[in-house]
Parts: sequence; structure tokens; C-alpha cells
Amino acid sequence: MLSKLTYKEKKATRDGFGDGMTQLGRRNKKVVALCADLVGSLKIQTFIDENPERFIQVGIAEANMMGIAAGLATAGKIPFTTTFANFSTGRVYDQIRQSIAYSHKNVKICASHAGLTLGEDGATHQILEDVGMMKMLPGMTVINPADYTQTKEATIAIAKHKGPVYLRFGRPSWPVFVPKGKFEIGKALKLNNGKHITIVATGHMLWYAVEASKELEKEGITVDLINIHTIKPLDEGAILRSVKKTGCCLVAEEHQRNGGLGESVAGVLARKFPAPMAMVAVDDSFGESGKPDQLLKKYGLSPKHIYKAARKLVKKK
Amino acid sequence: MASIKQLEKIASQVRRDIIRQTAGANSGHPGGSLGCADFMTALYFGIMKHNKKFKMTGKDEDMFFLSNGHISPVWYSVLARSGYYPVKELKTFRKINSRLQGHPATHEGLPGIRVASGSLGQGISVAIGAALAKKMDKDKRTIYALTGDGELQEGQVWEAMMFAAHHKVDNLIVTVDWNGQQIDGPTKKVMALGNLEAKWKSFGWKVIKMDGHNMSEILKVMKEAKAACGKGKPICILMTTAMGRGVDFMEGTHKWHGKATNPEQTKNALSQLKETLGDY
Repeated sequence: MLSKLTYKEKKATRDGFGDGMTQLGRRNKKVVALCADLVGSLKIQTFIDENPERFIQVGIAEANMMGIAAGLATAGKIPFTTTFANFSTGRVYDQIRQSIAYSHKNVKICASHAGLTLGEDGATHQILEDVGMMKMLPGMTVINPADYTQTKEATIAIAKHKGPVYLRFGRPSWPVFVPKGKFEIGKALKLNNGKHITIVATGHMLWYAVEASKELEKEGITVDLINIHTIKPLDEGAILRSVKKTGCCLVAEEHQRNGGLGESVAGVLARKFPAPMAMVAVDDSFGESGKPDQLLKKYGLSPKHIYKAARKLVKKK
Repeated sequence: MASIKQLEKIASQVRRDIIRQTAGANSGHPGGSLGCADFMTALYFGIMKHNKKFKMTGKDEDMFFLSNGHISPVWYSVLARSGYYPVKELKTFRKINSRLQGHPATHEGLPGIRVASGSLGQGISVAIGAALAKKMDKDKRTIYALTGDGELQEGQVWEAMMFAAHHKVDNLIVTVDWNGQQIDGPTKKVMALGNLEAKWKSFGWKVIKMDGHNMSEILKVMKEAKAACGKGKPICILMTTAMGRGVDFMEGTHKWHGKATNPEQTKNALSQLKETLGDY
């Protein structure tokens, strides 16, 4: 199965979002897009061209955007707020908490440029805490797709889901490799069957996990590879079934270790099936300017880091 | 529509409800609630088209959003007195397992509430969203919102003001409870608001001033505001009120912003407010 995971082209996850929005614009008249002065970055120009009456430019005022989205949802619309992940979460946390999450509003918070792979703009914009913040909000669904295809499918799927959603994606061109038609909110995607180690990966790190798994298999370490795109609600069953088979679990994500997917998985295992674990994530640090691959390497998130951590973990079993 | 006399009678009962709710919980915010009792009574019994069989989407109805959520006792009273839920439910205010939370919420499913408020500065934005949805749906009804004056110190309010004028959200009437008081003292001392009229005007809003304790003026000004809808500008009513209005020892001071009356004070306060519709 691993050998089938290859790619012919690279595309950004945010392009998947933009193309998903184009489809939604045509299919679902309740969908309204809002943007805080980042239309080009969020790739929603086609949606705007085709549905000018269902696009709201709010300017550089994200708090107001979240409130307006809550009001639109109250009146039966399905608002999609769009801006960078930093301004979609940290900047407006209280607005999301009170006007959207606590008020059960059907708002889709769509966040691009998450994580280190935003690159050259540096740490002011590279949010690595957003998943933690959003998963703590009661009732919030948190989704971090892995490639163009999955982001497009997730974008379309969340319009049908009732309730607030945080959809996190990114800036860089990235391998397009996830099989089509497999996305289902809350359901883990199994990409390879193995027996020595479970590797759980989300977002951009899924491709790196595939690369690392291929290297591990060359050495006879077979990987049960699970893609968690929906960080909350977490598909606990899929993780437990796998770890009961392999006996150990590595989680890879482009996020702080504190508050990330790794912590969620650790929580499940601690409660239901304690097992050795490793986490490939950012270790309590801000990022910096640089190219995405340089940054991922410097902050311990390269395929090699996954490979090494996996080998060490298997030995520890 | 109720007559001015009838509205004044209802407002008196609403004030009793406010005192009794906060005294019963030994907490809550009677000051601002009393100050807005006349306006809220006028809104629910004389101005808005609304349905006590509550629908969240507010289709074909006027909708109201309370931004200064801490004055929940006045809202809970007018909603109950309008028939949204039994009046006797007011006695559960701020108590465990109640739908009448300290600050308004949708979480427990209380009819009449469409969004939680309490953390300040968010209500105008939400009201704008509802107003935009009405425009998209070609629904001609009006969106009303109430905000405190101290609350205008929140930056999000000015984002919302800029937006509403730029996007010509002219089916929106925002009333400012201009009582000049906030928790730590007079707004002039804590964080002066400056020339509010000039500020709203310069942000592109139509501004009307109103005495928030003169029932006939409230009806007249709100009618004028409604007539000004659909003309390209959002509308702001600067409503002068006295915090604690209706109870002599509570009026005009910030000291009753967030404090309930003790049993003796409660008795004194209620002696000044006529029971007109029957206490719960």
C-alpha cells in the first residue's frame, strides 16, 4: 500500500480550499464567504466572481468578522470566515468562544497559512498553538487536512455538518497524494497496514510520515499509518485498534507539542490502553523566517526526525 | 400597540422584576437594567414585530440583540412578560439548573435569546450579520441592538461601526445606553468617551438623541429611526438614561452596577415601584 502513495504534482492545501469554495458556491446557496483583506491568499476569487452577493469583505477587522458570521448563522446562513490561522484563532478567541462556540453557531472558521510552513513571514504569523486553542472549545470540530484533495473534500463536507468547525490548512505547495473520495468528518483514514508501529499524522506532516514509513519498511519495520484529519472529535477507535496491534504510537504534526494532536492521542491511550509513545512536534518554541522545508528540518519535523523517533520507539517496546 | 400609560405600567412591573430577580439571586446587575427598563418595555410592547413562539432565524420578524449582556434581568423580564416563557421562571435567575443564566445565553435554550453576550463589544457585529442576512433574503424587517456606553471602550465596536457605514447596513438601529457610568465610576473618569455624537456621525451613521425615560419620546424617536431605515445609513440612537432609574437610592450612581439589594433595601425599592401586572 505504501508504494501506491506517490504524487505527480504539488499543490497548496489553500488551493484545495479555494476550489472547494467554488463548488460550494455553485451548490449551496446558504454558503456565505467572509474575508479580512486576504482574498488572494485564501484563493476565493472564483467564489467571489460567481457569487458577489454572497461575499462580505470585512477589511482588517477579524473580531468584527467573527461576530458578523455569528449573526449570519443565526439567520440561517452558513458563513465561512477566511483569513490566516493566526488571525482566525488567537486574535479572536473570545469572539469565537462567546458568539460562536457557546452560542452553537453554524460558522466555519477557515484558516490558511497555519504552522511553520508559512515560511518567510516568520513567527508573528506562524501560529503553532491554534489546534490547542480550538480543540478546547466545547462543541468545536477541528479539521487539519493533509493535501489539496483532502482540503477540497473537507471544505465541501463541513458545509453539510451542523455546528462550528475550525478548518486549518496551509500556504506551501505540497504533494497531492491522498486517495480521492475518502474524506469523512471524524473518521481516521488508514493508509497502510503494518504491525510494528502506529504512526498517526495530520496536515502537511502526513506526507513526511509516508516518506519516513517507506524508509522504515526497508529495514523491516512495518508501519500502521493513520491519517487523523479530524483532530476533534477524535476517532479513538481507529487509534486504539491500531495500537493494540502494534504496541506503540508516534504522532507527527506541525504544531506545538503542548495542546496538539499528540496530546489528544496520549490522552486516549493513557485512559484506555497505555503504550509507549513519541511525538514529533514543535517543542515549546516560536518559529522564524525561512523556507518551509528548512524550517521543518530546523524545528524537528523532517521525515528523518520521524524515522529516527520511530526506530527509537520500536526498540523501546 | 400598547398605549403610553400601559407601557409605563409594564415598565414599573419590569423594574420590580429586576429588583426581585437580583435580590433573589443576591447578585446580578440592577443598575443598568433599571436604566433600560423603559426602552426595553417600549421595544417589546410597542416597537418590534416579534413572535413569542420563538424562531432562532427570526424570519419575517424584527430581531433584537443585547450587547451589554449583564443587564439580563431587564431582558428576562420583558421576554417573560411578552409570553416567551412563564413569568415564574424569573425566580430561577442565576440559580443552578436555570435557563436564566447570569448573562444571556442560548446554551440552555431560553426562548428569545439568539446569541450569548456578556463579554462586551460583540453585539453590534452579530446584529450586523443578522442584518446582512435579512438583506440577502429580501426580508424587510429591522434589526435592533442595545449596547452600553462603557462598552464602547471595546475596539471591536469601532470595527463594527466602520463596517456598517461602509456596507450601508441601513436596516440596523443600534441604541447606546448613555448613562455615563461603568463599574469603576463615571465614564468621564474611567475612560472618557468624548463627543459620542460626533464620533458616530463621523463614522457615517445617522445619529438621533433620545431621553430614555420619556415613554412618548422613545416611541416617537424609534418611529423616526424606523422611517430612516433603507436610506443608506445605519442608525444610532444615543439614549440618555440614569443608572438605577426608578429607585431613589440607586439612581445616577455606578454603585449599583453589579450589586443586589439586601432584604431591607429590596423592601424600600419595591415600595417605590407599583406592582401593576402581578409579581411572580
